[in-house]
Amino acid sequence: MYELNGKTINHDEEGYIVNLDDWSEELADKIAKDEELDMTEEHWEVVKFLRDYYQEYQIAPAVRVLTKAVGKRLGQDKGSNKYLYELFPYGPAKQACKIAGLPKPTGCV
Amino acid sequence: MDTFATPKLTSDPEMATPPPLSPNAMAGCQSFVAQPAHNEPLGFPGELVDDWQAVAVAKMGELLERYQSLRVFLDICVKCGACADKCHFFLGTGDPNNMPVARQDLLRSVYRYYFTATGKALGGLAGARPLDEDVLKEWYTYFHQCSQCRRCSVFCPYGIDTAEISMAAREIMDTIGMGQKYCNEVLTKVHKVGNNLGLPEPALANTLEGLEEDLVDDTGVEVKFPLDVEGAEVLLITPSADFFAEPHVDGLIGYAKVFHQAGISWTLSSHASEAGNFGMFIGSSEQMHTIANRIRQAALDLGVKRLVFGECGHAWRVAYSFLNTLAGPWDFLDPRYPVPQHVAEISLDLVNRGAITLDKDANADMTVTLHDSCNVARASRLGDRPGGQFTIPRALIRASVPRFIDMHPDTICDKTFCCGGGGGLLTDELMELRVKGAKPRMEALKQVIDEDQVTHMVAMCAICKSQFTKVLPYYDYPMEMVVSLHQLVSRAIRLGGSP
Repeated sequence: MYELNGKTINHDEEGYIVNLDDWSEELADKIAKDEELDMTEEHWEVVKFLRDYYQEYQIAPAVRVLTKAVGKRLGQDKGSNKYLYELFPYGPAKQACKIAGLPKPTGCV
Repeated sequence: MDTFATPKLTSDPEMATPPPLSPNAMAGCQSFVAQPAHNEPLGFPGELVDDWQAVAVAKMGELLERYQSLRVFLDICVKCGACADKCHFFLGTGDPNNMPVARQDLLRSVYRYYFTATGKALGGLAGARPLDEDVLKEWYTYFHQCSQCRRCSVFCPYGIDTAEISMAAREIMDTIGMGQKYCNEVLTKVHKVGNNLGLPEPALANTLEGLEEDLVDDTGVEVKFPLDVEGAEVLLITPSADFFAEPHVDGLIGYAKVFHQAGISWTLSSHASEAGNFGMFIGSSEQMHTIANRIRQAALDLGVKRLVFGECGHAWRVAYSFLNTLAGPWDFLDPRYPVPQHVAEISLDLVNRGAITLDKDANADMTVTLHDSCNVARASRLGDRPGGQFTIPRALIRASVPRFIDMHPDTICDKTFCCGGGGGLLTDELMELRVKGAKPRMEALKQVIDEDQVTHMVAMCAICKSQFTKVLPYYDYPMEMVVSLHQLVSRAIRLGGSP
C-alpha cells in the first residue's frame, strides 16, 4: 500500500495501483521516488501523454506511438525508444505506466 | 532494484562444463499466484480449494487416462542422466531441481504414490511421496521455471517430453485454484478484449493508421495495414506485441511491405487480434480450443481464402501442429494453399519467384546471426520439406543481408537454447530466472560477436524478442541487438515500380 497524506492506496504485487481513480500527481511523485527516479519536466510530458491516451483508448500507447508523440512535444531528437529508456530505465511501457497510474501492459511485451 | 548478480560469460559456447550444483538456489524465485479475478473467468476456482489434495489427485488420474503419453513419460525414465545438463535453466542457475529429470520427478513421485502398485506398497523406497503442501510449493515453483522449450527431449533416448509433464502439472494446479497470475491474466484478456495485450479495437485501428502515416513519410509509398476488410485474400494472425513493442513492430511493417509489393490483398482481424495461445502454456486443451476458434470465426466472417501467421513461436506450434484438430476443418479456404502458412515461407517464395526484390546493401551495416525459437525449431516445420523451419528463415536472412553467421552448432536448429522467457515465464518477478536462463544463449552469441563481429541477432518469436530486449543489457549488450526477421526484409525490400 502507498501512504499519502494519511490515506492508503492499494497497489498490486508490483506497485501498480489497483483503483485507477486513486492517481494524483503527488502519488506519481511518490511512486517515482520509490523507483529512484527524479521527475523532470520531460518525465511529466510522457506521463501526461500516457494518461491522455489511456483516457481515450483504455490502453497505454504502443511504443512507436509514444516515441512519435514525445518527438512532437519535446523535439525530434527525443522521439526515440532509446531516449525513453534514458528517462525510464525499466522501460517506457512498464515503468512509465506505473508512475502514470495505468495498468501494466501484459502479454509478450 | 535487482538483488541477483548476472552470470559471468566464460566463452564456453556449447556449455560443455556443467555448473556447480546449488541446491534450492531458485526456490525463492516464484511467479505471482493468480487471483480470483484471473481464475474465475477461465472456469478455475478463484483460490486454493479446501480439499485440494483429493481434487489434484483426481485430476492427475483424469489426465493419465486422457493422455497416454503422460503415463508413458512418467513410467519410462531410467535416470540415465542424458538430460541433466541440457536445460538452460539448470545451466544458468545450478539448481538441481532445474535438471529436466528432477523436474519430472516432482510429478513422477506423486504419480507413483497414488497410481502405481510399487509406489503404493513401498512409498519412499520406490521414489513415491504423497502430495502435501511442501510438494505443492515445489510444483508451483519449479513447473514455473520450465519454459516448455523441449530441448531436453531432443537428448532423452526415450524422447520424454518435460514440456508435456509441466503442462500437466500446471493444469492440475489450475484445477485446484493455484494458477499463475501472468498466464491467467493474459488468457482473461484474450477472452475479454481479443488479445494478450488488452488492446481494444479503436486503439488497434489508431495504431495501424499511425503506421500507415509513418510509412508514407519514410518511403513515399502508401503501404496499408488493413483491419477487418471483408473479402481480403489473406487473414494475417500475428501476436499483439507486433502492434505494440520494439522490435516487433518493425517485423509487422515488413509483412505489410511484402504483401503490398506482391499485390496480395490481406487483412488483420480485431476479433482475432492475437496469434498467441497461452492455453498451451497452462496445458488446457479447452482454452486452446476456444482461443483457436476465434481465428476460425474471423476467417469465416471476413471470407478470406488463406490463413497466414506472423512471427510468434508458440502460436506457430499451435497453428502448425494442432489447428486442424482445434478449429478445423478449413475446407472453406483456398485448397491451393497449405493451412496455415508462415509469413516467412511466403516472403521467401516471393523472393525466389522474383515477385519481390530484396536489396542486401540496405543492410550492409549488419552482420547477423539467428536465434532459432524453440517452438518453431522443435515443434513444427515451415514449408513443405523437413528442416524447412531452419532453412527458410536462414535463406530469407541471406537474401536480406550481406553477411550471416550461425552460432555454435550445439546451440542452433533442433538443439537451440530457449531465450529464457518462453512458456509463460515472461513476467518481471521471474527476472532472475530469465536473466540466468538466457546465459547459454548469451555464451553462444558472445562467441560470434567476438570472433565474427556479429552485430545483430534475429528472432522470429514475440517472446524471444521481448526477452532479449530485456536481458541483453544485463550482459552489457545493447537491446537494439535483437531484430525481427521481417525487419531485415523491411529494410531490404524494393517498393514501387517494377519488382
